[in-house]
Amino acid sequence: METVLTTHFSNERYRRLDTYRQLGGYEALKKALGMTPGQIIDEVKKANLRGRGGAGFPAGVKWGFLPKDLSRPRVLVINADEGEPGTFKDRLIMTRGPHLLIEGIVIASFALQAHACWIYIRGEFVREAKIVDEAVAEAYAAGLLGKNILGSGFDLDVTVHRGAGAYICGEETSLINSLEGKRGWPRLKPPFPASVGAFGLPTIVNNVETIADVPWIVTHGGERFAAIGCEKNGGTRLVGVSGAVNRPGVYELPANVNLKEVIYTYAGGIKDGRKLKAVIPGGSSTPVLRPHEIDVSYDIESMAKIGTMAGSGGVIVIPEGTCMVRALSVLMNFYAHESCGQCTPCREGTGWLKRIVGRIEEGKGRRGDVELILDLCDNMMGRTICPLSEAAVMPAQSFIWKFREEFDQHILEQKCPLGNTF
Amino acid sequence: MSVAFSEVGMKEFARLLSRYPDKEAVILPALYLAQRELGYVSDEAIVYIAQLLGTSPARIEGVATFYTMFNRKPVGKYHVQICRNISCSLLGAEHLIAHVSAKLGVKPGETTADGKFTLTKVECLGSCGTAPVMQVNDDYYENLTEASVDAILDKLP
Repeated sequence: METVLTTHFSNERYRRLDTYRQLGGYEALKKALGMTPGQIIDEVKKANLRGRGGAGFPAGVKWGFLPKDLSRPRVLVINADEGEPGTFKDRLIMTRGPHLLIEGIVIASFALQAHACWIYIRGEFVREAKIVDEAVAEAYAAGLLGKNILGSGFDLDVTVHRGAGAYICGEETSLINSLEGKRGWPRLKPPFPASVGAFGLPTIVNNVETIADVPWIVTHGGERFAAIGCEKNGGTRLVGVSGAVNRPGVYELPANVNLKEVIYTYAGGIKDGRKLKAVIPGGSSTPVLRPHEIDVSYDIESMAKIGTMAGSGGVIVIPEGTCMVRALSVLMNFYAHESCGQCTPCREGTGWLKRIVGRIEEGKGRRGDVELILDLCDNMMGRTICPLSEAAVMPAQSFIWKFREEFDQHILEQKCPLGNTF
Repeated sequence: MSVAFSEVGMKEFARLLSRYPDKEAVILPALYLAQRELGYVSDEAIVYIAQLLGTSPARIEGVATFYTMFNRKPVGKYHVQICRNISCSLLGAEHLIAHVSAKLGVKPGETTADGKFTLTKVECLGSCGTAPVMQVNDDYYENLTEASVDAILDKLP
């Protein structure tokens, strides 16, 4: 199977510049510097590269949103604020192949005609930020960053910037505010970052994995990348499997891999010979699936067709015997904790969801609580600046729609029928 | 009590200023610097950073309190942060938190009497494939069991 990113990840030395170059690293950059920015963007469009941070927006199209005039400096921001529960793939790229990211950054910046880039890494990733920082320093020393890169006349400065513990900063406008030294409050759009972004400048925000795919696309061409996946979903995806599986981890698989195969073939099936109860397919915000629903292609459109999302590629596997009310309670605690507090429906709604789901789990649920949750969800959906509110609603609704009897039983019996299962 | 960055800290602060077009972008890195040099983000540290950047303490405090990683109160020598989110919970994080809580004799959010450990329950640390996970100061410890946590904590000087 063709791999784009992880080919050399088992090589401990791959994170160092000399090894990376011996294995063909920065050849794509040389090629790109001989192309025009337009040609590079065309290849990325042909590649059907979709944003890997969760929304799946076509990267080449996003790049095309920058205003045509070059009167204002442009900025590239890398979203390395990996925080969606169940997602742990960008961490792998940053620790195993930081130069893949940096090479992608230089190529993308050249294509976007941006001369400044910030890599926004979540605050908890102290070690990861250090590895990326060291790789950036190596690249500067080798003339791959800074002034006149490889004699091309192209200049680029890259700075590693650390977040400080806020899930919301994974949302691109919140990330921009945080980069500017503000609270991580999402911004109203328009204006979109492509016209008014970081420091008031035209800005493109891309996920780590998205950018790390770019060197391969330049080397091998967009068409070959597109051929790895399926229509509208080019290339591979780093799929992270966690929870009750025998071999949790990150697997690089074609964008249209079968979800059931991910769990049973690659991740080795359910731990301790248990049965499967549910799958959260694309990070904690994505609607939950029951076992009979997972025989499906993991591409963005196929997942949307069954009412869920491939999201950020984080597959969370829930085994039989798990109390789904308790599982939802864990998630509702998270969203209530992470709501930035800017919009009332989210600030209040996530708190209500946490308290109501929590009391049902504790055996103190009231008749009508389930309807109350669903009503609350209706009032949170689509009424806020950013999608965090929806990110809380999607698991709440889907857990109830698909496991309603467990909620009812908790309320009827005034206890958790399964006990503390985890 | 007035506070100030060390000479090394001031150099780092000056380098940071050179990396952004707007000096307020240095607020987060400066808060980290204060935390590293002064132990935690005290009221004095906030006033000091505000003076360095020519802005108001309220501006700095508003940012500092938004993010979970800036400690507004002193923490123990080792800040033990155990993930309680879904992937870790599915593999026993709640039992692990209860175990560490009993071992250290503190509830989550508290610091041991000798000032050695602060225990905190945290949200997803982004290491779900090696759950359960904890972070002690800058380091992650993965695939934890009660026995391995005991060994890790017992070894800390």
